[in-house]
Amino acid sequence: MTFIGNKSDLRVVGTRPVRPDGVDKVTGRAVYGADATMPGQIIGKVLRSPHPHARIISIDTSKAEKLPGVKGVITSADIPNIPSEEAFVGEGPMNFRDLSLNCMARDKVLYEGHVVAAVAAINDAVADAALKLIDVKYEVLPHVIDVEEAMAPGAPILHDTLFTAGVTPKPTTPSNVAKQVRFTIGDVEAGFKQADVIVEQTYTTAPVHQAYIEPHACVAAIAADGQVLITASSQGHFMIRAYTAKLLGIDIANIRVTNAEIGGGFGGKTVVYLEPLAVALSKKSGRPVKMTMTREDVFRGTGPTSGGTIWVKVGATKDGKITAAQTVIKLQAGAFPGSPINPALMCAFAMYDLANVDTLGYDVVSNRPKVAAYRAPGAPISSFAAESAIDDLARKLGMDPIELRLKNAAKQGSKTVYGVTHGVIGYEEVLNAAKAHPHWTAPLGKNQGRGLATGFWFNIGGESTGGVFINEDGTASVVTGSPDIGGSRASMAMMAAEVLGIPYEKVRAVIPDTASIGFTHVTGGSRVTYATGMAVTQAAQAVVEDLKKRAAMIWDISPEAVEWKDGEAVPAGANAGGFDPLPLAAIALKAAKTGGPIGSEISVNAQGAGPGFGAHICDVEVDPETGHTTILRYTAVQDVGRAIHPAYVEGQIQGGAVQGIGWALNEEYIYNKKGHMDNAGFLDYRIPVASDLPMIEAVLVEVPNTRHPFGVRGVGEVPIVPPMAAVRNAIRGALDLELFHLPMSPPRVRAAVDAAKAPKAAE
Amino acid sequence: MSKIHVETTINGEPMEFLANPGESLLDALRNTLNLTGTKEGCGSGDCGACTVIIDGRMTCSCLVLAVEAGGHEITTIEGIAQGDTLHPIQQKFLENAALQCGFCTPGFIVATKALLDKNPNPTETEIRFWLAGNLCRCTGYDKIVRAVQDAAAEMRGG
Ligand code: FES
Ligand code: FES
Repeated sequence: MTFIGNKSDLRVVGTRPVRPDGVDKVTGRAVYGADATMPGQIIGKVLRSPHPHARIISIDTSKAEKLPGVKGVITSADIPNIPSEEAFVGEGPMNFRDLSLNCMARDKVLYEGHVVAAVAAINDAVADAALKLIDVKYEVLPHVIDVEEAMAPGAPILHDTLFTAGVTPKPTTPSNVAKQVRFTIGDVEAGFKQADVIVEQTYTTAPVHQAYIEPHACVAAIAADGQVLITASSQGHFMIRAYTAKLLGIDIANIRVTNAEIGGGFGGKTVVYLEPLAVALSKKSGRPVKMTMTREDVFRGTGPTSGGTIWVKVGATKDGKITAAQTVIKLQAGAFPGSPINPALMCAFAMYDLANVDTLGYDVVSNRPKVAAYRAPGAPISSFAAESAIDDLARKLGMDPIELRLKNAAKQGSKTVYGVTHGVIGYEEVLNAAKAHPHWTAPLGKNQGRGLATGFWFNIGGESTGGVFINEDGTASVVTGSPDIGGSRASMAMMAAEVLGIPYEKVRAVIPDTASIGFTHVTGGSRVTYATGMAVTQAAQAVVEDLKKRAAMIWDISPEAVEWKDGEAVPAGANAGGFDPLPLAAIALKAAKTGGPIGSEISVNAQGAGPGFGAHICDVEVDPETGHTTILRYTAVQDVGRAIHPAYVEGQIQGGAVQGIGWALNEEYIYNKKGHMDNAGFLDYRIPVASDLPMIEAVLVEVPNTRHPFGVRGVGEVPIVPPMAAVRNAIRGALDLELFHLPMSPPRVRAAVDAAKAPKAAE
Repeated sequence: MSKIHVETTINGEPMEFLANPGESLLDALRNTLNLTGTKEGCGSGDCGACTVIIDGRMTCSCLVLAVEAGGHEITTIEGIAQGDTLHPIQQKFLENAALQCGFCTPGFIVATKALLDKNPNPTETEIRFWLAGNLCRCTGYDKIVRAVQDAAAEMRGG
């Protein structure tokens, strides 16, 4: 692949045009999941378990079925009982059987909110009344919420069939520990012996929800001939198709999914909850069925990311060379296995060039909703601990935290704990940009502190399809299989316009349904601009080659004698002949005479997504009376490879940073003794609001990814990795507080203030 | 339970519809009147996605009964642009890339309209506190606040 991302040559890439779907989204015309309808649709609703752990003795739906206006009731008896099988469909590990059981409980309910039945009825009121008439008999079982308690001997066991993987000999008794996993390089014992200074600490993080503002919603219909239509809001309509097909035993060719506009996902919409149920209800009722979650449903029934316990130990010589780093991480998976334990381990120290690293992790089930991917899954959890520890190490060494990191920074050729050797990366550039930023040296006032933390994310590539079609008038249509969650239609149109040499305004980007474009993996893993962008770029390049051929045909010269420049075919020098340039529109006009329609659709399995690194600087002011932390100033520096649409790149960084600030200061699931979530709403699960925040300055560092034609690196996930430690290190700097647990809510900070005062009072 | 006849004005046009006594204005707008630009993010007054203007006041339509709309003037996101001319607030949201997923956007634009109608020259702090009832999970609010500042300047003729 040729690299065409030299900045001085770019005309469209790097500008900030209005996005193609913008007007629809500022006028209310855009159709999101809950806005989609089908003729004759009725309403589907689910019944959720009130118990965190119970055996289902019986479900009697007869009364509900007799209620006038009820068109169908389903339970697990209406869903195929499929075998265990690993799935590689969404983002992160998933098992088809677990997913089926998560959509509809079979023998046991495993968390409060677990779906046990669903109804379809002519309206909301009838559906609600029907749910009340379903009689479920439970045998309530002891439950376990906390990860350490779930691992303890004698803990209630969720799955009789779950034996810890990754240990030898194979265990003979079931456990809540689904898996044990280790990545290691070098010899940490020897490394710690060389250390002059060692920090060692246990940290905890709370599970937090993706908290997209749009609740899950879909409408689905199955016809008498078995043809299924689904319109849903998700991070991948091909994902919905694959999961629905597998869970219901339907051929993929019989399912067509249209992606509604998506109101945020952050990883949480890379999995199905409603769609298979809507199809099953449609089959039962013979009508299209619409299902919409409430906010409470979203909190009780859909995936947050894991909370965890992270033990970290880091050692260094007096001059700041890190000699060994070690971590043990226990992550909550929720009711079924599949926490992001692997990436948590892999990312913890990926910013550093270290000879001796040992990481050990546990994937642990407990009676909570099954976790789903959340932006850089796993990395923010381990990095909170690791980057707090690095900061404490810098204090102990009396070193500047950026200097300590520069001294140990990963660079091209550094080997990671998971075996990959870094290619061209921009971590040092990011650190140097942070060091040079005026924020780093700005003065601070009383009770104010400054923290810095850094983060890493792999970014992924994978399967994508993109098409570029030249219309009769010389405009272009771009089609891709990637749902647009944050402006990607604009980036796709920009890359095509750049290659074609025509104005951005002459290119429209559209996302067709699953039957109208080749397979495309989910919008997740920071892969769309990279992988789908690569498909679009290659399709545009193929179109340019075709256009050159057609110009050659019109001029009756050899195609090699034609060049493509600024949207026109020109003779490649004096020898080629003295023809006037042929603009794209002129060639398009003659398409029928030169071979027919002009267009190309390219499917790729993109490799070589360059990893991203970020460094965040955070200033806080802490009120020692109330324990309240105010974010005063925030700067997020990131290597973005090449920013196609810098405003949307900045937006990703700003949004990710603020999600991290919420994770740091406010957000958590609160469970009561009964195993019920006590804060299943935005009033009590408090995400950051405008008045909590200052402007978030995004600083774009561009170290192009040589494996992408424009140098793109994924940008969406890195920005949520550093904030928790950046905020924590800032609070530590403000009042010299020992803080090891998230969220750093006012009561917790106030308690740390009191703890810090206690010994002084005794003096 | 029989439905109640409601007569009201929405986006300057007289409207009449039937509503259940317990139905929210949000549900009536979305389900009965097909004005789906107003969004539901929580149904409990906590997210602002359902923001409309009633007689000049910014209101969560999920917290108002549909029958209470009778006799009042309601502005929804569909009534902000003049025909095919975008309102300066909409234009500035686009130019500033103040939306990512766009789900919160109708609520923010309507709330901003209510703010700038009252206070044509708000400070950054005033903007942030006025919009504190509107949740956005994508943008971190930075570009939204800038879009509001730009729109205010434009509307002042700046
Ligand atoms: S839907 Fe009305 S405030 Fe959230
Ligand atoms: S743009 Fe997605 S919630 Fe605001």
